[in-house]
Amino acid sequence: MFRYTLKRLGWAIVTLWAVITITFLLMHSIPGNPFAKEGTMPEAVYNNLQHYYNLDKPLVVQYGLYLKQLAQFDFGPSLKSKTITVNDYIVNGFPVSLHLGMQALVIAIAFGLIFGVIASLNRNRWPDYVSMVLSIIGISVPSFILATFLINFVAVEWGLLPVATWSSWSHTVLPSVSLAMMPMAYIARLMRSSMLEVLGQDYINTARAKGIAKHMIIFKHAIRNAILPVVTVLGIITANLVTGSFIIEQIFGIPGMGEMFVKGIFNRDYPVILGSTIFYAAILIFLVFIVDIAYTFIDPRIKITGESK
Amino acid sequence: MSKKLLAVFSLLLVLMFGLAGCFSGDSEDVTKDDSTDTADTSTDTDTSEDTESTNDGGEEKILHLNNSSEPGALHPGLAEGTHDSWPLNHLFEGLTKKSPDGEVEPGMAEKWETSEDGLEWTFFLKQDVNWSNGDPVTAEDFKYAWLHALDPNVGSSYAYQLYYLKGATEYNSADIEAVSDEDLTKLREEVGIEAVDEKTLKVTLAQPTPYFLDLTSFYTYFPINKNVQEENPEWYQEADGYVSNGAFTLEEWKHKESITLKKNENYYDKDQINLDGINFLMIEEASTTWQMYRNGELDFLYPLPQDVVGQMSENDDPEFNIAPDLAIYYYNFNTEKKPFNNAKVRKALSMAINREDLVEFVAQGGQQPAYGVVPEGINDVDGDFRQNGGALFESDLEKAKALLAEGLKEEGMDSMDEFVILYNTSEGHQAIASAIQEMWRKNLDVSTKLENVEFQVKLDREKAGDFMVSRAGWIGDYVDPMTFMDLWVTDGPYNDANWSNTEYDSLIEKAKTTMDAAERMDAMHQAEQILMDEMPVMPIYFYTKPFTVKPYVKDIYTPINKYTQFHYADIEKE
Repeated sequence: MFRYTLKRLGWAIVTLWAVITITFLLMHSIPGNPFAKEGTMPEAVYNNLQHYYNLDKPLVVQYGLYLKQLAQFDFGPSLKSKTITVNDYIVNGFPVSLHLGMQALVIAIAFGLIFGVIASLNRNRWPDYVSMVLSIIGISVPSFILATFLINFVAVEWGLLPVATWSSWSHTVLPSVSLAMMPMAYIARLMRSSMLEVLGQDYINTARAKGIAKHMIIFKHAIRNAILPVVTVLGIITANLVTGSFIIEQIFGIPGMGEMFVKGIFNRDYPVILGSTIFYAAILIFLVFIVDIAYTFIDPRIKITGESK
Repeated sequence: MSKKLLAVFSLLLVLMFGLAGCFSGDSEDVTKDDSTDTADTSTDTDTSEDTESTNDGGEEKILHLNNSSEPGALHPGLAEGTHDSWPLNHLFEGLTKKSPDGEVEPGMAEKWETSEDGLEWTFFLKQDVNWSNGDPVTAEDFKYAWLHALDPNVGSSYAYQLYYLKGATEYNSADIEAVSDEDLTKLREEVGIEAVDEKTLKVTLAQPTPYFLDLTSFYTYFPINKNVQEENPEWYQEADGYVSNGAFTLEEWKHKESITLKKNENYYDKDQINLDGINFLMIEEASTTWQMYRNGELDFLYPLPQDVVGQMSENDDPEFNIAPDLAIYYYNFNTEKKPFNNAKVRKALSMAINREDLVEFVAQGGQQPAYGVVPEGINDVDGDFRQNGGALFESDLEKAKALLAEGLKEEGMDSMDEFVILYNTSEGHQAIASAIQEMWRKNLDVSTKLENVEFQVKLDREKAGDFMVSRAGWIGDYVDPMTFMDLWVTDGPYNDANWSNTEYDSLIEKAKTTMDAAERMDAMHQAEQILMDEMPVMPIYFYTKPFTVKPYVKDIYTPINKYTQFHYADIEKE
């Protein structure tokens, strides 16, 4: 296990390095520059800014400087803000996005599994239709529509919850629900099809023939085998949820890190682009690793390859 | 298995509650604040509660606004744009300030003198003006602030706002890599700012600038506290240690979340200030802020969602107002590409669109159709520059058709080839572009294609001359026609149409150098007429600032070049 972890860590660093290099090159090859505005600024001002942020140096030098900086866990300044650095962005924004993402994740997993299981057990009867209609709505209705809808009715018309901002727990309910809908629907559909496949297997029939109680069959045999595909996608879903959703954070005015990706690119804010990409990549790598470990707990037949060597 | 699943869930739940402490404004933080600062019990900034919370002076008067976005820097010398300047204008005060009627009136300076040639300005500061930390505001603070912004090592993007000072361009343009420290110091000393004594500031300009007084109320010209900046160069990044000299001080800054200003008890004119504080949120989504306004979580809202503007102006909603803006929306013609090199073709295209319809049915923001490039609200010698100038061309389909035919003939073309209208991706720009496309097709039988690109890509292509017609906009830097008029001088940095006209250039030069107001304005009127006869750019409309405000908010005012100001505002709830 230890050797395996070490090996994965080594690969993670190589992957991150590749991500950094590719992003760095791509980012400097797209048109535009961070200081561009309607019209142009005087040459001198532009030069001063370029110099201030070391952008007047050759790309190779900039790349070297960046790697050096990164080795000290410093993502550098944001070119658009003289107040907060990329580190601040992550340190301030990530806990907020993580909190929101976790709440959404819990909602998505809990209701996704419940709907999926209920649907599969009542195939082609009304609970199945209700669950699947709900999940089709969840997949096809974009989160910003759902969010505006919830704001309009729950917050403004009925006055049950506040409209936006991030200042108390009641402020988190609407964004969590809006954010959870899509992954919930996805999990529900995945769970349903996976369950249906498992329920048709011989060992389920055997278990039934042995006279094992129905709920025991479902919990002990069916769900446990059916949940594997869900666990596989969970890594990516979690990474997406906890690193913040641009749209949801935008609509609810949440100070998370979701806007980093989009705005970084839009403003050509190079350190922000790199910082957010690296951070996202690191989270993703970490979660995929966790998912791989989780397999072995859920299905003992799966062995971690590094161990057996 | 179910046990393990349960374990996973409980782990998630634990994580969730563990994280529940991360609201920056939740109860834990508030108690922490109270323990360190017991004298002040009124700093809670939760959106809806503090309007109800009371202190011994009765109800706290806190105004709730939305600043849309986190300011890049709440530092006069580093600030750029409205997200910075809205809070900054309430935090700082320059030598002069704008009265609610738009007149320049004494701010930190009580009076000033100008030399006859308009080059030397002497400002006498008020005796009783202090920083929020109690230090007196001195001439040295102004000098220090301006030189700080001009320092090439600081990298201030708005440093060029100070280029009017003698030697400022040279100092800011110094090549940092090449220049020696001594030479840089020398350049610095040559900038035309002198603190004669503690309360007297002498400014020497590079050339006569009739609107210089107006500029001294602009935020790049605000002072900074020299001692504070020298002791802590990062003073402006957090509320703690923030020192300003205006009507309000910075009470709290939750990054990317909210900014809370509090009445400055050290402000010389504090008796005129009725509010206890202003709370700026930073929510970008216009429809969300509109819902918050409806829900009473915001007292004032600008900008408004487009459909809300249309609806409110149709219903004549009493909370709805339209303030003028110092900005124009126009299209560039690439005058180096055939047939746009021909003025008749450009003019024909411009005359063939119906600006009233565009504004009323497409833009729907209460905008003003533009028949010139200088918007309303700028003073002429007498009256208003735009009103005196009037419409400089008219929409006339018959004339447009004739002009187009004539122009094409001069270029040896039978008909207009299909060309592309380039604009940066945005629903609003697209709506305008499609409407214009249809008007040109219907009225002139000219076919066009629409191309939307990302804003940055559009800028690059305009710079490279890789476009036919492109959408553009300009927001005036100061309240004088010149802020629009000098955009199209030959090889000017903003002249994306690449147009050149010697007569225009000389008129602009004349207006820039003469101190005679009548002569200046006359030259600019003539120049604008030439610009509209030649039509290198096609004005479409002048922006406006439609906003909504709750009826209990009194005494707000909106200078043409700024967002609505709340210095003298009051809240009078029944």
